[in-house]
Amino acid sequence: MHEFALAEGVAVTALEGARTAGLRRITRLAISIGELQQLDRELFAAVLREVMPQIHAELEAVEVELRTVPAVLGCRACGREFGWDACVASLGQTAAEAVHFVPELVHAYVRCPQCGSPDYAIVRGRGVWLDQVEGLP
Amino acid sequence: MSPDPRPAVISRRLQGVRRLLAVTGGKGGIGKSVVSSLLALCLARAGARAGLLDLDFTGPCDHLVLGFGAGLPAEESGLVPPLEHGIRCLSIAHFVGATATPLRGEEASSMLVELLAVVRWGELDYLIVDLPPGLGDIPLEAVRLLPRGQFLVVATPSAVAVGTVQRTLELLGQVRAPVIGVLENMRRRAGTMVARMAARAGVPFWGSLPFDARLEEALGRPERLAQTKAYAALEAIVRAHLLG
Repeated sequence: MHEFALAEGVAVTALEGARTAGLRRITRLAISIGELQQLDRELFAAVLREVMPQIHAELEAVEVELRTVPAVLGCRACGREFGWDACVASLGQTAAEAVHFVPELVHAYVRCPQCGSPDYAIVRGRGVWLDQVEGLP
Repeated sequence: MSPDPRPAVISRRLQGVRRLLAVTGGKGGIGKSVVSSLLALCLARAGARAGLLDLDFTGPCDHLVLGFGAGLPAEESGLVPPLEHGIRCLSIAHFVGATATPLRGEEASSMLVELLAVVRWGELDYLIVDLPPGLGDIPLEAVRLLPRGQFLVVATPSAVAVGTVQRTLELLGQVRAPVIGVLENMRRRAGTMVARMAARAGVPFWGSLPFDARLEEALGRPERLAQTKAYAALEAIVRAHLLG
């Protein structure tokens, strides 16, 4: 599953962040997951727990807090903002899977529910990112 | 710390790639995709482990040149590019087929970062990266995100193309991207326009691929592509400059 690849990115970035901040030991990570990425939170947490110690022993037993950020797409043609709920019903399984792999592929499958334009921005809720790295100096 | 965890793992994803060649030229229609695809085919047929990454997100065509269809890549701790005609290939066409995918700059850049972060290329001798036309987001991101990349610049013998390609060479020089050669494509008659441009830029001129009317009929069929004059000329260039 490609969650491993994303989890590895989180672990490496957390380690780099801790080094830069002068932290000797990481105790807690706060991570946001964009709704568009369609990651199962529990599955991603489990993958993170498996991957982190493989990157560095220091990442064993780190508390992980995950939050999902709702997706907001903003139409550039008519100004309407719409969420993932407005898109998901019209997506087939292959399309949903493609968006799960690469969220920007939403542009191939989803049109503005108000005007039908494909020209909209992903305002919020794509990808995975680190909000906070806490640890001991 | 960058809150985006993806860039941190790109070098890990590419650590098994011995040599990374980015094919560019700046101008549309000069044959970057045909050159990229034939280059990968040539290397694979010579026994090298070759990969091909089509970064033209809005107008992908490597899959049309080599003849591979849609179908999501396999998942195995990331995405594994399918093996097509002996080449590890990845194109946006694998995900969306022929569906139009309109993308503005920032989202195209993000898509590039995502692909580089999650695709596992494994062990390759060469990864050929087919860049889209222009000097915009994707070529600049390729320079930034692929620090081991070497650039092969394609040009056609036309004043219109050479003007743009020359600007591409200038830009690559400004961002200190290593250019390993200039390749003339679709040559119809004797001339030195492209070779002189390469000399002015201080870049090796690798040679010419003739205009080959039979190429169009061979598209999508690697066996027939390998019988074209363009392929034969490229094969000699590859032997001299990459495999020699």
